[in-house]
Amino acid sequence: MNWDDMQPLLHDATIETLQMVGIATLVTLLVGLPLGVLLVLTDKGGPLRNAVVNKVVGAIVNVGRSLPFVILLVALIPFTRWVVGTSIGWQAATVPLAVGAIPFYARLVESAVRGVDGGLVEAVHAMGGGTWAVVRKVLLPEALPALLAALTTTVIALVGYSAMAGTVGGGGLGNLAITYGYMRFETNFMIVIVVELVLLVTLVQLLGDFAVRRLKR
Amino acid sequence: MITTKDLTKVYTSRGRQVSALRGVDLHVRTGEVYGVVGTSGAGKSTLIRCVNLLERPSSGTVTVDGVELTALPGGRPGSAQRGAGRELRAARGRIGMVFQHFNLLSSRTVRENVELPLELTGLGRTERRRKAGELLELVGLGDKAGAYPSQLSGGQKQRVGIARALAGDPKVLLSDEATSALDPETTRSILALLRELNQQLGLTVLLITHEMEVIKSVCDSAALMRDGRITESGTLTDLLATEGSELARELFPLGDPDSDLGTGRPGATVLEITFQGDSSSQPFVSQLARTYQVDINILGAAVETIGGRQVGRMRVELPGDHQDNVVPIGFLREQGLQVDLISPNGVVA
Repeated sequence: MNWDDMQPLLHDATIETLQMVGIATLVTLLVGLPLGVLLVLTDKGGPLRNAVVNKVVGAIVNVGRSLPFVILLVALIPFTRWVVGTSIGWQAATVPLAVGAIPFYARLVESAVRGVDGGLVEAVHAMGGGTWAVVRKVLLPEALPALLAALTTTVIALVGYSAMAGTVGGGGLGNLAITYGYMRFETNFMIVIVVELVLLVTLVQLLGDFAVRRLKR
Repeated sequence: MITTKDLTKVYTSRGRQVSALRGVDLHVRTGEVYGVVGTSGAGKSTLIRCVNLLERPSSGTVTVDGVELTALPGGRPGSAQRGAGRELRAARGRIGMVFQHFNLLSSRTVRENVELPLELTGLGRTERRRKAGELLELVGLGDKAGAYPSQLSGGQKQRVGIARALAGDPKVLLSDEATSALDPETTRSILALLRELNQQLGLTVLLITHEMEVIKSVCDSAALMRDGRITESGTLTDLLATEGSELARELFPLGDPDSDLGTGRPGATVLEITFQGDSSSQPFVSQLARTYQVDINILGAAVETIGGRQVGRMRVELPGDHQDNVVPIGFLREQGLQVDLISPNGVVA
C-alpha cells in the first residue's frame, strides 16, 4: 500500500478519533469535574460533609476505575444503543469512552482540589462566602493548573482507549490499525498509524504542559 | 463591641474529648486594640475563630456589634460546622479577619484579592476597582495592584490581607497571629499600620499573639490565656498597677527572679517597684535613702513605653528581712508607687 492509498483512509480515521476523543472529553469534564469537587466537599472536614453521599459517590468511582475498559466497552452496549441508537462506529464509541474516563478524571480532580490550601477556604468563609463562593472563587481557580494537567492525562488515556474501541468496531485510528495493519498484514500502514498516535499523544501533552505553565503563578 | 459569655469548646478526636475553651468571658470595648496572649495550645486561636463562628462553640454566646451571632441560624452552639445561614454570612462580612499565613489567592492579582469580598456582596465592577484601589493606597501598596502575591514580600502580603479584611467596611478586625510569620522589623510596621487603622477608622481590633512585644506595642487592653481560660485581663495601665499581675511581669520582665541577682543576698528584702506617669518624675530612691538611712542596692531597672505611656520598673534590695522594711515599703507606696515583694524563691509574696 502506498501513501496515496493510505492518505484518505488516514484522514477520515483521524477525524473520527478526534471527534470521539473530543466529545468524550467534553462529557468527562462536565460530569467528572462536579463529581470530583463533590467528593472533596462531602468528605469529613469539607463544608458539605455528608458521609453517605461521599461513600456512595466514592464507591461508584472506584468500581468505574477498576473495570477493565474492554469489559466496559462490551458491557455498555445496551446502554450505548439506548443513547446513540447504534453500537458500532465512532459515535457509539464515545459512550464507553466517556463512561470510562469520568471516574478516572473525577479522582484526579479530587486530588487536585484537595491540594488547595484550607486557609483560603477559611478566608472566604470569614468574609461571608458560602460553599458556592468557595468552589467558584477558591477551589476551581486555585486548582486550575492541576485540573488542566489532570485533563491532559485524561485526554491521553482517552486516545489510548479510543484505539482499543476501534478494535471492536468503534471506528477511528484503532479500527484502521486492526482492519488494514493487522488483518491485511499491511505492516507499513500499521507503522504509520502508530506513529500518528504517538504524535497525537505528544502534541496533547505539550499543549497541556504549555497551558499549565502559563497558568501557574 | 465584642462580648463572649461563658464560651466553651470541646473537640472530640478519636473518642477522646479535649477542651480548648473552658468558659471564656471576653469583653472588648469599641475602638480599642485588645490583645489575647498565651502559649500555643492555650486556646487563643480557637477563641478568635469562635468570634466570627468559623469555629462553632460548644456552649456560650458571642455578640459582635450588638448582634448575637450564636443566636443566628446556623450559628447556634454545637450546631454542625457546615451551613452558615444568610444572616451569619452577612455578619461575617462585617467582621474583617487577617491570618498568620495571609491566605491570599495565588491565582489573583493583589487588586483582585482585595476585590474578592466585594464580589461576594455583589458590588459592581467599577465600584470594586475603585474601592480596592483606595484600600491598597490606605495600606501603602497602591503601586502593587497588578502584582501577584508570589511577587510580594511577607509584609506586603499581610498588607494585602489587611486591605482585603477592610473591604467590607468592618467595625471589627480580628487578627489571628498576623505578625507571627514576619521578621521583627516587618512586624513593627504591620503593628503600626494596625494602630493607625484603629485610630483613623475607629476600628476595634482583637488580636491574638504569643509575643508580648505585640501586646506591648499596640494594645490598649490585654488578656492572658492559659489552658482554655482567661486568667487575667484589663487595660495595660490597670494591669501594670495590679500587684502580682503575671501579665505585667511578662510585659516588663526584669530578668529571671530565680537568678542570684534577682533574689539578692540572704537576709535581704527584694522589692519590685513599678512607676508610671507622674510618679516617674520623683527621686524616690534618694528620698528613701535620706529619710530612712537605708542602703539601697539596685538589682535591675528598665523604662519602657507601654500602651503609649512611660512605665518604669526597678528591682531593689533592702537590708534586713520584711519586718525590718515595713516602714520604707509604706513610704514607697505612699508616693503612689506600686511595690511588689519578691520572696527568696522568686514568687511574689
